[in-house]
Amino acid sequence: MNLAAQDIRHNLGRFTLTALGIGLLLMIVLGMGGIYRGMIEDALVVVDHIGTDLWVVQRGTRGPFAEISRVPANLEHRLRAVPGVASARPFVAHTIQREHRGRPLRITVQGLAWPEDKGEWIQLLAGRRLAQAHYEMIADASLGLGLGEVLRLGKDNYTVVGLTRGMVGSGGDGLAFFTVPDAQAIQFDLPGEATRLERAARRHRAQMQDLGRAQPGLLDRGAGPVSGIPALGPPLVSAVLVALAPGADAGEVVRTLDAWADVSVHSRSDQRDLLVRGLIDKARRQIGLFTVLLVIISTIIMALIIYTLTLDKVHDIALLKLMGARNRMIVGLILQQALLLGAIGYGIAYQLGSWIFPRFPRRVLITGDDLATLAIVVAAISLLASLLGIAKALRVEPNQVLA
Amino acid sequence: MPPDLDPTHAPAIAASRLSKIYGRGNTRVVALDEVSLTVDRGEVVALLGPSGAGKSTLLTAVGLINPPTAGQIAIGGVPVMDGDRALVDVRAFRRERLGFVFQKANLIPFLTAVQNVQIALEINDQPSRPARRRALQLLDYLGVADRADHLPAMLSGGQQQRVAVARALANRPSLILADEPTAALDSRRGRQVMELFRQVAHEQGAGVLVVTHDHRALDVFDRTVEMEDGKLRPASPPTQTPAPSPTLHGNQNES
Ligand SMILES: Nc1ncnc2c1ncn2[C@@H]1O[C@H](COP(=O)(O)OP(=O)(O)O)[C@@H](O)[C@H]1O
Ligand SMILES: [Mg+2]
Repeated sequence: MNLAAQDIRHNLGRFTLTALGIGLLLMIVLGMGGIYRGMIEDALVVVDHIGTDLWVVQRGTRGPFAEISRVPANLEHRLRAVPGVASARPFVAHTIQREHRGRPLRITVQGLAWPEDKGEWIQLLAGRRLAQAHYEMIADASLGLGLGEVLRLGKDNYTVVGLTRGMVGSGGDGLAFFTVPDAQAIQFDLPGEATRLERAARRHRAQMQDLGRAQPGLLDRGAGPVSGIPALGPPLVSAVLVALAPGADAGEVVRTLDAWADVSVHSRSDQRDLLVRGLIDKARRQIGLFTVLLVIISTIIMALIIYTLTLDKVHDIALLKLMGARNRMIVGLILQQALLLGAIGYGIAYQLGSWIFPRFPRRVLITGDDLATLAIVVAAISLLASLLGIAKALRVEPNQVLA
Repeated sequence: MPPDLDPTHAPAIAASRLSKIYGRGNTRVVALDEVSLTVDRGEVVALLGPSGAGKSTLLTAVGLINPPTAGQIAIGGVPVMDGDRALVDVRAFRRERLGFVFQKANLIPFLTAVQNVQIALEINDQPSRPARRRALQLLDYLGVADRADHLPAMLSGGQQQRVAVARALANRPSLILADEPTAALDSRRGRQVMELFRQVAHEQGAGVLVVTHDHRALDVFDRTVEMEDGKLRPASPPTQTPAPSPTLHGNQNES
């Protein structure tokens, strides 16, 4: 006969409520880990999926995920000339916040190097990829935009032609994909007057230079749109993505590019490490500390619950001792209840979490490893929590039956 | 002669010069004052005396749950206590040889009637199936078999006490200690419990020591001893041997 099970059956309602409470606590512990995993996953979405071998960035910087990186727009063409490079395309990414339908909408604008890159690497939930060089966008479902919805960004209207799921930037904001020129137009959108002033200033700067004096035609172009003057405009691209030709020696290409004075080269795994360590390290410690606190709180709460469950049974424990029960039986009673509470709480945490986490605004990713770790933690918590009750039970005297 | 009767005929209880002092200073109480008592196997002894005389203290000292301050106790010929020092594993001794009944039934509230008896057997290392079978037999013997699967809260006081008696008898103890076991029962059922003790004592050769205030049932006992102020009074003359009483077999009409 199992005393623990009998006691639980007799106090089923109370035990269920207690398990539910512990389950909710454990669910939060699980969620904290899930938020962290989700953050890493989100941060790596672009690096992992964009399909590039090398990131070429501003010299001395570690690329657009770490800091501001600006490379000249013509770098793309220089790179294509390097042996072993199959393709090179610009990388443009920045986050904007706009009002849309009365609520703030944060979008991480991602440029696609149309026409080489139409977004073939993006998994679509609905709709299609970009089919024209302007005024189309692919939006992540988390932005809450519908297919065919028209969004005014800067001075132009963009139509949502495709939807993705789970594509978010490292800040957790949904990605939207545009062609690079569109992305730049959105990024560098200025009021008309500012544009006029900038063009005047640019014309003035050109007049002061030898280049401007030797080539008067440049002055006219300087007064035109930025895209018409790659030599004079500010560098507009964050990085250039390089794909290597099949069989090309990556080390050779990296050595070549390292010799260029204006750029630095990072491999895809460099970028991953950078994201994980640089961007996520603080978040990990933050979330890690919270998780540790939650685990401690769970342990204390569970210990108190087990202790009160034991207090309720002091008379029965005294009676068992009076009848000559071994300590093993009494410790077993408490320990089994603690472990069962933990196990049921764990089950509830898992079930409830599976249902609730997908409804969170940011990704909460529960991995098998984390589930296994939590199982071990819960077992440890249960053991630890039962110590208080066990200590109490072992101090009970058989003649307390008579009290 | 029952098979478990010790051929050496050592008494069930041999307590010599037991003292128990509670507290100290001006809260000091001498609850037992050099009490010596012998209960033979197969003997049913009533322990009488006013409240506060030290009866419960004597019973719990002999029951190895409340060590005396001084004196010796032997149970079934085995020396078990010397002063407050235990000479044996008292818990093992209790589960193997002793049976307790108190004024309150003290059933475990989350176990059914039959489980309350069964647990005593399992504590004494009986496998659960035969333990359950014997528990049911005992409940039947005590006339509460029809309540076997009821929780204590669903039993009347009398039924609870009979389950407690069944539990005390479960491991065929060589010594049964009962402290006012019939105080919560009406006189008829109280008498039935006393007669049951007598029957067990005579059939199994167990020694039985019962604290009681119920003078109407004293004829059931082989002998009575009286306590006052922590001392045993000089032995009163043995009561007459009672008329043979009906057994409790099949007597199930009370609740
Ligand atoms: N745990 C205790 N602490 C202090 N004094 C006690 C304790 N138990 C009993 N006593 C005292 O010992 C005396 C005998 O008590 P008890 O054995 O319970 O008497 P009885 O059972 O005959 O009524 C009483 O004076 C009582 O107050
Ligand atoms: Mg008493």
